[in-house]
Amino acid sequence: MIEVQDLTKSYGGGVAAVDHVSFTVNKGEILGFLGPNGAGKTTTMRILTGYMPATSGTARIAGYDVFTDSLEVRRHIGYLPEAPPVYPEMTVASYLDFVARIKNVPAEKRSARVQDAMNKTNIADKRDELIKRLSRGYKQRVGLAQALVHDPDVIILDEPTVGLDPKQIIEVRNLIKGLAGTHTIILSTHILPEVSMTCDRVVIINKGKIAAVDTPQNLTSQLKGGQKIRVEVQAPEKPLQDLLAHIPGASRVQLETAHSNGHIAATVEAAAGKDIRSQIAAGIVQKGWPLYELRGVSLSLEDIFLQLTTEDAAHAQAS
Amino acid sequence: MKSLYAIYRKEMGNYFVSPVAYVVVGVFLALSAFFFNYFLSAVMQQALQMQMQEMEMGMHPNIDVTMEVMRAFFGLLSTLVLFLTPMLTMGVFSEERKRGTMELLMTSPITEWQIVLGKFLASLTLFAIMLLPTAGYLIFTYVRSEPVPPWRMLIAGYLGIMLLGACLLALGSFISSLTENQLIAAVLTFAAFLIVWVIDLGRNAGGAAGDTLQYLSVIRHYDDFTRGVIDTSSLIYYLSFIGLFVFLTVRSVDSMRWRRA
Repeated sequence: MIEVQDLTKSYGGGVAAVDHVSFTVNKGEILGFLGPNGAGKTTTMRILTGYMPATSGTARIAGYDVFTDSLEVRRHIGYLPEAPPVYPEMTVASYLDFVARIKNVPAEKRSARVQDAMNKTNIADKRDELIKRLSRGYKQRVGLAQALVHDPDVIILDEPTVGLDPKQIIEVRNLIKGLAGTHTIILSTHILPEVSMTCDRVVIINKGKIAAVDTPQNLTSQLKGGQKIRVEVQAPEKPLQDLLAHIPGASRVQLETAHSNGHIAATVEAAAGKDIRSQIAAGIVQKGWPLYELRGVSLSLEDIFLQLTTEDAAHAQAS
Repeated sequence: MKSLYAIYRKEMGNYFVSPVAYVVVGVFLALSAFFFNYFLSAVMQQALQMQMQEMEMGMHPNIDVTMEVMRAFFGLLSTLVLFLTPMLTMGVFSEERKRGTMELLMTSPITEWQIVLGKFLASLTLFAIMLLPTAGYLIFTYVRSEPVPPWRMLIAGYLGIMLLGACLLALGSFISSLTENQLIAAVLTFAAFLIVWVIDLGRNAGGAAGDTLQYLSVIRHYDDFTRGVIDTSSLIYYLSFIGLFVFLTVRSVDSMRWRRA
C-alpha cells in the first residue's frame, strides 16, 4: 500500500532531515514511527502526504507517486498533522462538513460521514460547540475525526495521542486498532508503550536514518544488549557493587538507593547469550548476605530504543 | 468547482463570525454615511448661494448637485477602500499558515487555484456587501433630482470601485501569502497600495516613462469610471492587474511546499 524508496529530504543547510529512508507498509497494517523529537518523523509524513516534496527518492501510496500524482494520493489519505488543523471560530460539525467537502465526499453521504467520524472519535456531544472553546484533548480528537471523515484508505497520524488524558489515550488507541484491517495506518510517536500496544510493525528512526524495522515483539525479544538481572539483597553498598562488577560477563551495575529496611536493589546487565544468574546467587550466598529477589528482566522497547539511538550517536562521534 | 465552492463557503462563514470583518464594514459604513451627508449639505449650500447670486446679479446658475456629490463621494470611497481593504486580506493566507490549517488544505485533493480563487471570490463578495448600502444613498439623491441624471454614471462608478477593490484584494491576498504574520501583511499591503496609488506622480518625469507610470496608477483609471466613462483600456488594465496578482498568489501558495524549511 505504501512503498518508500531511498527517501531523502535535506533543508537549506545541507543536513538531511530524512536520509535514504526505505520501508513498505502492507494493506491493513499499522506501522509505528518511533523516534526522538527531530528524528525526521514529521518530515517523512509530510512528504508522504504531498505537503512537501522530497529532495530525492520515491514514495508511492496506493500505487500513485506522491510527487507526480499528488492529487490522486491526496484523495486516498487522511492526515492528522502535529497540531490539529482546525479553524477555532467554526463549530465541530461545520468544520467536519467543510473537510468532507474539500475531500470530495459526495453530498448525499456527507452528513452521514460527518456523524460517523464524530461517533468514532467520541465528540458527537460537542457537535455545535465552537472549536476554540474545546479543551486540548477534544481539539485533538476533532483533528482525528477530520482525518477519518472521508474514509480514506491510508491514514497518517502525527502523534495522535498528544494532549489526551490517559482514558482518552486508551480510547484513541482502540479506535486506531479498530481501523486497522480496512485502513492502512502510519502513526508517529515518541511514546514507546503506544507502539507496542497498537502497531503491527515499528520503524525506529533517529537523525533521519532508520535504525530498525521489526515487530514490537521481535524488537523486545531481540535482546540486543543481552539480559538484565535484578537483585534485591540486604548488604553494604560498596562490597555489593564490587561483587557484582567482578562476576564474569556482567556489565553496567546499577545500585538503587538503600531501602529503609537495609535492602538494596541492583540491576546488572549481562552480555548476550550468557546467563549469569547462578553466579550472582552463588556470590551473594558465599558472602552470607540475605537474598530477597533475583530475576531476569527482559529489555523493554524503551531500552532497545535508547540503545539504538545512543549507539548511533556514539558511532557518529567516533567517526 | 465543488472544492472551490467549499473554500468560498468556508471563507464567507469565517468573515461573518470574525470581528475584523464587522469592524471594517462598520467603520466603512459609518464614515461613508458621515461624509455623504457632509458632501450633500456642502454642495446644497453652494447651490443655494449661487441661486442667491443669480437673483442679485442675474447670473445663470451652473451647478449639478447630484453630479458634484457623486464625484466627491466616489473619491471618498476610494480613499476609504485604500485604508480598509488591507484589513480584509491580511489574514487570508497568513492566518492559515500560522494555525497550520494550510497543511490541511495542501494535503487535500484540491488545487492551489481552487484555494486562491475561492478565497479571492469570497473577499470580493464581502467587499460588494460592504459597498451595497452606499448605493442606497446615491439612489436616494437620484430619485430626488430634477432631471434624473443618467444611471450610467452610477453603474460606471460602482463598476470602477469594484474593479479597484478587486485589484487591491488580489494584491493584498498575494502579500498575505508571503508571511505568517497578519500585522506584517497589513502594513506591507498598505504600503503597496500607496505605491500603486501615487505612482502617477511619476508623470512629472515626462516622456514615455512618465506616461507609463501614469498608466500604471490604479487611481487614474478609477477617475474615468467616476466620470461615467467605461474605457476599454482601463478595463483591461484592471483585469490584467487582478489576473496577475491572482496568478502570483497561486505561485506563492505553490512555492510554500518548496520553501518550507
